Amino acid sequence: MNEIEELRPVGETTQFIVIKLGDEQYGIDIKYIDNIVRMQHITRVPKVDEYLKGVINLRGEVIPVMSIRIKMGLEKDVETKSSRIIILKLEQQGTIGVIVDEVREVVTLENERIEKVAYDSKDENANFLCGVGKSDGGLISLLDLNAVVLESV
Amino acid sequence: MDVSQYLEIFLDETNEHLQNLNTQILSLEQDPENMDTINEIFRAAHSLKGMAGTMGYKRMQTLTHDMENVFSEVRNGNIKVKADMIDVLFQCLDALEEYNTNIRESSDEGTNDNGALIKRLNDIMGGDSDDSAAPSGQAPQAQAAETAAVGGGFVGIKLNENQQSVLSEAIRQGKRVYGLTVKVQESCILKAARAFLVFKAIEDTSEIIVSDPSSQDIEDEKFEQHFSLIIVSEAELNEVVKAAKSVSEIEDVSGSVLNLDDVGGAGQTEESHAAETAEPVAAAAPAETVQAPAETPAAAPPAEAAQTPAPAAAPAAKKAPVNRPVVNRTVRVDIEKLDTLMNLVSELIIAKNSLVSASAMSGNSSQAVNEQIEYLESVTTSLHESVMKVRMVPIESTVNKFPRMVRDLQKKLGKKMELYMSGEETELDRTVVDQIGDPLMHLLRNSADHGLESAAVRKERGKPEVGSIFLDAYQDGNNVVIEVRDDGNGIDTKAVKNKAIERGVITPEQGEAMSEKEIINLLFNAGFSTAKVVSDVSGRGVGLDVVKSMIESLSGEVEVKSKLGEGSTWTIRLPLTLAIIQALMVEIGDEKYAIALGSIQTIEDILPSDVKLVQAKEVIQLRDLVIPLIRLNEILDIPSKKDPEENLVVVVVKKGDKLAGLVVDELIGQQEIVIKSLGKYISKCKIISGATVLGDGEVALILDANALI
Repeated sequence: MNEIEELRPVGETTQFIVIKLGDEQYGIDIKYIDNIVRMQHITRVPKVDEYLKGVINLRGEVIPVMSIRIKMGLEKDVETKSSRIIILKLEQQGTIGVIVDEVREVVTLENERIEKVAYDSKDENANFLCGVGKSDGGLISLLDLNAVVLESV
Repeated sequence: MDVSQYLEIFLDETNEHLQNLNTQILSLEQDPENMDTINEIFRAAHSLKGMAGTMGYKRMQTLTHDMENVFSEVRNGNIKVKADMIDVLFQCLDALEEYNTNIRESSDEGTNDNGALIKRLNDIMGGDSDDSAAPSGQAPQAQAAETAAVGGGFVGIKLNENQQSVLSEAIRQGKRVYGLTVKVQESCILKAARAFLVFKAIEDTSEIIVSDPSSQDIEDEKFEQHFSLIIVSEAELNEVVKAAKSVSEIEDVSGSVLNLDDVGGAGQTEESHAAETAEPVAAAAPAETVQAPAETPAAAPPAEAAQTPAPAAAPAAKKAPVNRPVVNRTVRVDIEKLDTLMNLVSELIIAKNSLVSASAMSGNSSQAVNEQIEYLESVTTSLHESVMKVRMVPIESTVNKFPRMVRDLQKKLGKKMELYMSGEETELDRTVVDQIGDPLMHLLRNSADHGLESAAVRKERGKPEVGSIFLDAYQDGNNVVIEVRDDGNGIDTKAVKNKAIERGVITPEQGEAMSEKEIINLLFNAGFSTAKVVSDVSGRGVGLDVVKSMIESLSGEVEVKSKLGEGSTWTIRLPLTLAIIQALMVEIGDEKYAIALGSIQTIEDILPSDVKLVQAKEVIQLRDLVIPLIRLNEILDIPSKKDPEENLVVVVVKKGDKLAGLVVDELIGQQEIVIKSLGKYISKCKIISGATVLGDGEVALILDANALI
């Protein structure tokens, strides 16, 4: 991570956690993240949408866990050593966990280096993004969490 | 003064007082002469006035003030309780209720002056005091008291019968009765605290019989600079005065000895007329000061003169201590704090479960560890029970408003009816009690409007003219049952069926195939009302479906039984607790599920050959009952681990009087589980009512047997 960047005043920058799903890098706004936990046993809940993987016990609380991969139409999750569950705290949906292949790093992006993506009704996955950030490590697709977590009708 | 922080307490207490007033006025209607009731009403009205005044709600204060005046007159026997007066009083309560609602919503009492009501209240006082023609002896006395009140406030104290008899009894026993007026320094900040110290100092040697303002008001600092007391003492007056004066920031204490006439006279009741001959003495009494040394002989002759009312007073005096209202020692606690406490208890139970399973896992657990775990288990269970009990309140607070409601309905509907309630002391979780009011109200209205016939029809059918509605509550195992029963017409299933077809709820063919019970259940459909005339009591088409959904949201259920011509019974069944339950843990495939013990009837071991097919559905026969089978592995999409040739483990569950057999792979055992919500994010799965964390940290889902049947 670029150390000079960290010294820049906050307000003009946003911090993202960079995760991997397959070969692509995605960014999740750090302000939504409550916790990152290792993969653990997920209790399946019957009769719900496929992307809802079930519930886990997080320090005595029962938290639903979803698969971003299935939601975005990617291949099913393969559990590896680097798989993690990111616990998000959202205003509307409350606490919810999402499964990611790998958590890589935290980046701080200047807001000028974030480009908005145009809405494209054909490209479904683009609807899950709120922008693309240019970082030293390459391009990061920034996830629009509300769209990701939103219940599919 | 900023009073907003007291608003919650004010609203709570106002509600309590209004409820109390409702109940008392209702019983006053039955028994207009009951002095205890009248006193209770007076006290409640007085407290309301004080509270409204403190909070600055002037209109509310004015109204309660006038109500209090009426009761004061009733208490003094100047006016009699009449039917129209009860009506006015109820209207006053409604108006107060309205103020209260306004305050709750906008922290403002609104602008309704209720002038008409106030006028009627004043009419009651004016009109009736004329025909009761205040006894001549009373006027000068009252005057004397008024003039004296400037010097010594205690003379103005009004005594009720009990207090009077206690005082006259004390005098007869040779004890001394003093009146004291205490003046607190103007600069005093903690007036209530000073008053408390004065009370304490006096109570060392004497017993305080009455105070003005009431001790409650003094405690709440609802007095200016003065307060007055009447005490029974064995000590000399100047000792008592000295003791009171020794409290700092007390400016002055004046006192005098009261004799029997003062006691009667101050009360201004009929007993005092007997002592009319002794009137000059009574008028002179306030003039007797501390310095007057020989009190006792002076008091003797009037005592003799007052002998006449004594026999009447004597039994009352014996009764007096019993009649004193019992003060409950309670603490108001925010329900949120109780929720937190309950959550902590839940955590503790989870931790205990973990400990149990960890010790079982390690295998080498010693005797000592096991004993301690058992001990811990019993402690957590009792802790859970105690916390539950703290959260439990009698349903009384909710059902108490119903007699009043039925009384109003009676007038509105022009039917004669009587509400009989039992089991008001049955306790339920606070949150449940708060929410059960509306469904019950719907059911009662329904019974009153649709259930009961008009008096003429009832007479024709040979029933008593006055219809009866019963509200019975009782505990049944882990459930609380509330029944609303009426002896009215019952449910006309034909009319219901026709209506349902007319409304398009069912097709005529469906109607033919339906059992009576199914037809009755149609009533719980949204937008269904069979009332021929839409009244403002019921018949808006909302009601029974709302009742059902509200009760189901409390994890309860509602059932109807009805016999045409004889009446219907609505049964509401609610779980005692919502948070922690005993459950049976079962295994299906690799997954663990919990089934609430409360819904389980029996557990059966069934041979595969005993499973029969009826209309292509699997059933088993059990002691003359045919029970449908539900294979949980199919419903939950889990491959079963069991060989189809093996015996089936069937958990028979009950919903109302329907049974079903749930086929599981294995039974694990009974366990106390803490119910956690799956959250609104996973709300689509109706057969799962929640989740729980097991001892090993895993999450198990709780099956909702009601949804499965």
